[in-house]
Amino acid sequence: MAQMTMIQAINNALDLELGRDPNVLVFGEDVGKNGGVFRATDGLQAKYGANRVFDTPLAESGIGGLAVGLAIQGFRPVAEIQFFGFVFEVMDQIAGQASRLRYRTSSRFQCPVVFRSPFGGGVKTPEMHADSLEGLFVQTPGVRVVIPSNPYDAKGLLISAIRDNDPVIFLEHMKLYRSMRMEVPEEAYTVPLDQAKVVREGKDLTVIAYGAMVHTALKAAEELAKTKGVQAEVIDLRSVNPIDIDTIVASIKKTHRAVVVQEAQRQAGAAAEIIAQINEHAIYHLEGPVLRVTPPDTVYPFAQIEDEWIPTPQRVLDGMNRALTV
Amino acid sequence: MSTVLEPTKLVPYHQVLDENGKVVNRDLMPKLSDDQLRELMRRMVFTRILDQRAIRLSRQGRLGFYAPVAGQEASMIGSEYATQKEDFILPGYRDVPQLIFHGWPLYQWVLFSRGHQHGMEMPKDVNALFPQIIIGAQYVETAGVALAFKLRGEKRVAITYTGDGGTSQGDFYEGINFAGAFHVPAVFIVQNNQFAISVPVRLQTAAETLAQKAIAAGIPGVQVDGNDILAVYAVTKQAVDRARAGDGPTLIETLTFRFGPHTMSGDDPTRYRTKELENEWERKDPLVRFRKFLEAKELWSEADEEKTVEEAKEAFNQAVKKADEYPKMTIPGLIDSMFEVLPASLKRQREEYTGKEEA
Repeated sequence: MAQMTMIQAINNALDLELGRDPNVLVFGEDVGKNGGVFRATDGLQAKYGANRVFDTPLAESGIGGLAVGLAIQGFRPVAEIQFFGFVFEVMDQIAGQASRLRYRTSSRFQCPVVFRSPFGGGVKTPEMHADSLEGLFVQTPGVRVVIPSNPYDAKGLLISAIRDNDPVIFLEHMKLYRSMRMEVPEEAYTVPLDQAKVVREGKDLTVIAYGAMVHTALKAAEELAKTKGVQAEVIDLRSVNPIDIDTIVASIKKTHRAVVVQEAQRQAGAAAEIIAQINEHAIYHLEGPVLRVTPPDTVYPFAQIEDEWIPTPQRVLDGMNRALTV
Repeated sequence: MSTVLEPTKLVPYHQVLDENGKVVNRDLMPKLSDDQLRELMRRMVFTRILDQRAIRLSRQGRLGFYAPVAGQEASMIGSEYATQKEDFILPGYRDVPQLIFHGWPLYQWVLFSRGHQHGMEMPKDVNALFPQIIIGAQYVETAGVALAFKLRGEKRVAITYTGDGGTSQGDFYEGINFAGAFHVPAVFIVQNNQFAISVPVRLQTAAETLAQKAIAAGIPGVQVDGNDILAVYAVTKQAVDRARAGDGPTLIETLTFRFGPHTMSGDDPTRYRTKELENEWERKDPLVRFRKFLEAKELWSEADEEKTVEEAKEAFNQAVKKADEYPKMTIPGLIDSMFEVLPASLKRQREEYTGKEEA
């Protein structure tokens, strides 16, 4: 075991998979000699050579097309979109091409591509870097969308994503890259791509979150326990497409109340889908409406007010209190 | 001070046969046997008949999506003939003839047209992708396919097609630029048929030629008479050989014209093309020109023509019959094709169509 940050865990996962499977390729803008703008690919080109780990011209659709073309010929590309706000430039290759390759060809070709990308607020980036755009891909059939909240999950989920034979969008919250360290095994292991995890047990209320909001929800849950003696169960979704509704329903059967926390704007995002599925599967176990704690339906703001815009532990706490009383 | 901003002729234009089938450039005449020359003609006639049959079937409401190809046979057949079976084609939606001669079974083309999933399921030994609907997407994917060949040291070439409108897309530039930067074995073909649905090339770009866009990508660009099958073949063959030898990608613009509408889905070319322009291009019909050339060499006869027409009709009828008999798509089958391993949520949705016991 070693203490690793999330960025180290990601680098370690890429290293192990490059070493294990000669078909794995890692590429994107600045991922080669520079090792990525966050150093996620640091040292990998030196270790595996420029045929396995390489820089591309600065064009996201080109990166997406390169990945799809390589996948058609049997490679397993791990393509980096430098910031997920740039995903609009590669929307067709992800949502129009990669996600449909298996369907279109009845599995003659498959698309084992991982689109890795940093996202998430609170680190004072320029525009179009911090947006939580995962909701776009919750509505995209044929892709999986994975969002780890800690170094252990990041490594295990990334290895699973690379080994999966369908496209996976792997979103790395920038604020989590270096904000925490934890014990991470040095050898390869996998974490399932479609299973949520209960990260705090409780009997009174279910809080569903993913990415950095898991930590915000945990802080709020501790505060609620301390001030009111109310025990919230916190679920780390880990994947927003598909959504592990079974874990959520099992929790709601116990707590009968729920709040969904997301860093993305409110309307029609992952939280909306989660609540719709709760309606379908657990409505008779609920004692109150399932609430959302989210930013307002605006664009992701300029850096000056981003810390107010992103749900804070206090806003999550307020939401939990509302859910307990309505 | 005199201006330094003079427009210049940037790319060469090539022709082997003039409109009367007379050789105008012996240097570019490809080394093809008499049998190969006859085969080129056979393929063009076969394609013209398939096109006529498809249009007729479409008008009867018995075909789905169809983009007519008449007029572009030399560009399509000549360029595909320069490839080898292991070379990989990434076509646009009109590029059905290239796929057929690369091995796509005709009945699967009919199924594709009718919106059946099996249509796009290329047989294992056919090195091609389905017809791409998004204009230009295949250009960026071609860079990836070609890079795969380069990384594996395979002597194979990726060849892709788009039209004049396609050259305005960002993906067009990204594709040729990536291919140039990675120095991969790719051939990019632009069939300039003068109109992107209704928009003429002069509204598409200020560039004098589309081939000159290659210059910005640092790769060779060449313009060729797209209704001259020998010129198309000769130039494509050079580009394919060059790519296979590890010398990098090429952009080829073929100047051609589609005689018919954009697709059979209600397009009316009289809204945007003059009769004079259509007549001008009909005089350049690629079949007429090549037939004159072959007849002068006594390599093609009325009997050859009739035999090919009958072959095409019979092949088309057989394909339609086989497509008619092919089992329909099902919703569970559709769901199964989304992922290798279905997520639980999709399994549940599948059960809504099959009942639990089957799941």
